[in-house]
Amino acid sequence: MFYREAGQFKTTYAADQQLLPIPMDKWFVIAVALFALIVVPMIGSQYWLESILLPVLILSIAAIGLNILTGYCGQLSLGTGGFMAAGAYMSYKIATNMPDFLPVWAPILGGGLFAAAIGVVFGLPSLRIKGFYLAVATLAAQFFLSWLFQKVPWFVNNSISGVPSAPSETIFGVYVTGAQASPEAKYVFVLVFVIVLALLARNLVRSRIGRSWMAIRDMDIAAELIGIRPLQTKLSAFAISSFYCGVAGALWSFCYINTVEPTAFDIDRSFQVLFMVIVGGLGSILGSFFGAAFIFLLPIVLNNVPAWFGLTLATDVVSHLEFMVFGAAIIFFLIVEPHGLARLWQIAKEKLRLWPFPH
Amino acid sequence: MEAIAGLVGIDPFELWFFFEVLIGGLMSGVMYALVALGFVLIFKASSVFNFSQGVMVLFAALNFVGFIGLGVPAWASFILTMLVMVALAFTVERVVLRPLVNQPHISLFMATIGIAIFLEGFGELIWGSSIKPLDVGIPEGAVFMGDAMIQEADLFAAAVATVLVAVLALFFTYTRIGRALRAVADDHQAAMSVGIPLNTIWVIVWSVAGFVALVAGIMWGSKLGVQFSLAILALKALPVLILGGFTSIPGAIIGGLIIGAGEKLAEVYFGQMVGGAIEEWFAYIVAMAFLVFRPQGLFGEKIIERV
Amino acid sequence: MNDSAAQPAEAQDAQAAAPTVGKQNRIGEVILRAENITLRFGGVKALSDISFDIRRGEVRSIIGPNGAGKSSMLNVINGFYQPQEGGIWFMGKTYSPMRPHHAASNGIARTFQNIALFKGMSTLDNIMTGRILKQKASLIEQAFYFGRGRSEEIEHREYVERVIDFLEIQAVRKTPVGRLPYGLQKRVELGRALAAEPTLLLLDEPMAGMNLEEKEDMSRFIIDVNEHFGTTIALIEHDMGVVMDLSDRVVVLDYGSKLADGTPDEVRNNQAVIDAYLGVAHD
Repeated sequence: MFYREAGQFKTTYAADQQLLPIPMDKWFVIAVALFALIVVPMIGSQYWLESILLPVLILSIAAIGLNILTGYCGQLSLGTGGFMAAGAYMSYKIATNMPDFLPVWAPILGGGLFAAAIGVVFGLPSLRIKGFYLAVATLAAQFFLSWLFQKVPWFVNNSISGVPSAPSETIFGVYVTGAQASPEAKYVFVLVFVIVLALLARNLVRSRIGRSWMAIRDMDIAAELIGIRPLQTKLSAFAISSFYCGVAGALWSFCYINTVEPTAFDIDRSFQVLFMVIVGGLGSILGSFFGAAFIFLLPIVLNNVPAWFGLTLATDVVSHLEFMVFGAAIIFFLIVEPHGLARLWQIAKEKLRLWPFPH
Repeated sequence: MEAIAGLVGIDPFELWFFFEVLIGGLMSGVMYALVALGFVLIFKASSVFNFSQGVMVLFAALNFVGFIGLGVPAWASFILTMLVMVALAFTVERVVLRPLVNQPHISLFMATIGIAIFLEGFGELIWGSSIKPLDVGIPEGAVFMGDAMIQEADLFAAAVATVLVAVLALFFTYTRIGRALRAVADDHQAAMSVGIPLNTIWVIVWSVAGFVALVAGIMWGSKLGVQFSLAILALKALPVLILGGFTSIPGAIIGGLIIGAGEKLAEVYFGQMVGGAIEEWFAYIVAMAFLVFRPQGLFGEKIIERV
Repeated sequence: MNDSAAQPAEAQDAQAAAPTVGKQNRIGEVILRAENITLRFGGVKALSDISFDIRRGEVRSIIGPNGAGKSSMLNVINGFYQPQEGGIWFMGKTYSPMRPHHAASNGIARTFQNIALFKGMSTLDNIMTGRILKQKASLIEQAFYFGRGRSEEIEHREYVERVIDFLEIQAVRKTPVGRLPYGLQKRVELGRALAAEPTLLLLDEPMAGMNLEEKEDMSRFIIDVNEHFGTTIALIEHDMGVVMDLSDRVVVLDYGSKLADGTPDEVRNNQAVIDAYLGVAHD
């Protein structure tokens, strides 16, 4: 009743090809984006902006990246953390050594490009190996890169501690990165990245390159026989995916944890992002956001649930319970809705179309 | 040994040292192989890559040590823990494997990651997460072979592993159940259509893998104490499997030996040049290189794709 | 575009027996030659010294008992299998071996015995993948959906829609192909091959698993593709009625060797072929 698709006819292919062909969808998305950009920074508390929205948004970018590689192109990757680290460390290097006239987003994009190059290198084995075997090769990337950035002091400008603070950069005199930046500024800064990158990803997955990724995922032999080049296609997925992860890593360091440290990008991070993509929905950009929110917020919610019931539990008991719920949630999603939260969202919209009628 | 050293022109002490590192590496390789065995069993029988095998090692060890801590004698603890592992196998089959029976392998793989996380939390919830020492009477001294020092515990583990492998290999090749397991691994639906009860087979396989996990857990736990890091060690089993081939029991052993030895040798001889801690990634890079040139591993089966 | 159903077998038989002037004009020069192809898998010889040619505009059938090597022959033409000996001559160049991207970029397209569609994508997207080699937009143009990124999508969408109209699958254009019934999936696969505007179309048992109506539809499509688009067709098929009615020339394979090569009538009356494959009618 509230949501209409009936009567929405398109008279040109151009109109049908739009990102959001249904006007109601389009206005809704624009409204949400404007709300997020303008209203939220004004009414949001510091805690919400800095500790909830900021990390969820940044992890969404990483989730989109992993979704491109694993969800759209079918190449299972456990190296997300390593690619994020590549982005973070190179961004730091560029930011602390670049001339002042370069804008603040330059080192972040530079970090992303470096991560993309690393992604291509570790994607080369994908020509010969698939499935779990490729996952193990990406584990090699994860462990090697983790080790590399700790051992090679060049990235951190030979700092003594090895864990430098994030640089403080400004746009029009307002601090947007580093410890001096306000939560609102950091939030808007990151949000702009998120909106732009999400749009680009959405465009890519429905164009020629997206179709070639999905073809490789679904049946790589048939794809090769119709002229799609497997190696180039897989490498492009690795490159673009790692770019997104690299940007996410840079933003994580610059805006969230305000330092550049290796433990933020370890194997646990790789698994965390993988879970986001599974729970959110493989092969769905929107799902990446849902998954990021779910996986990031679950431990926080679990931490607070006992308090709601008036129980006090020891912290380690809570953390064990978290693990159990986490593991169970993964299995639950895989069984009940392998297409994740994105599919549940679609089903909800379909129900909304008919409400209050049952069918 | 001195003669060989003289022939090659190195200080005999260096040679003994090399030998010691090599043996030490081989021994830790045996330990990896024990964990890898569990992987191979489940993969061979159900084409499921059981990521939670490592956590099963930890879980089994936790239960074993926990029961002992409650005053139960070692042999009874062993049996009790085995019962727990069988119960686990039943639960996993019912709750995870059955609903996902026709899903792509990647979904099952991710489900086993979920199992791993769940078990970790569950095990530590029940038994606590502190490090627990484990002593079941495994000899703790060291013997000397020439100038090389070898841990008795490692020798014991090697002996146990050998026996285990021999038993399993015989089991798979010559018994009826072993044949049924191999049929299931090849094609679920075909196996069902000739009357092989899929669900029973899976419970059996996961129970056997649980047994292997328990043995590995006791070995490792005696050496390092029962603690969370046992689960991480399991990740090292992955390169072992790649080297040996996912479906080969002897491959798991040989792969384990190569990785174990290679890792230690690389750390000692090359590690110093690049700042150390090579062991973190060496095994994986070796595995990756192997994958590129011989994707099926040393002993695995080659997959031919048809259109 | 023919609106009527395929003509009954007898009428088509008469048509084949007395080829019209139009049909003869349609068939042109040789465009593909298989030259002494030998293909081995380990110790098994799938193809032994096979040579034949295909002329432009004709419908060339490859027939033979199961295991004769027919699909392997198509796979060699396509570049999926590389023969140990021999090569493929196509439109002026010899390829030994042929590689998949050579085949695809030179205008060879195919369908598969066991449908090889991209199950995760819709009908429209599957057929769009057939146009992939014709799309040249750069990464940036695709990411920002401007310039060639935009114009190519629309232009190729139009062509794909015409293919969809031709195959009468408009109703299912947005359905994920995994959900379509078998017969429709086969049609979508044909659509994907047609979208590539191929010079040579390889069809591997396009009628397998179809009932009579579906076979008539598919025959109609094949005839239309051959006559209206001028596409050369190489066809593997077991239904002898279809083969004899549709083909201009036939190659017979058995145990990897060539048994016969000629018009449908010649092959039908060849004793070796009758012994190995066709058999005789029993009263």
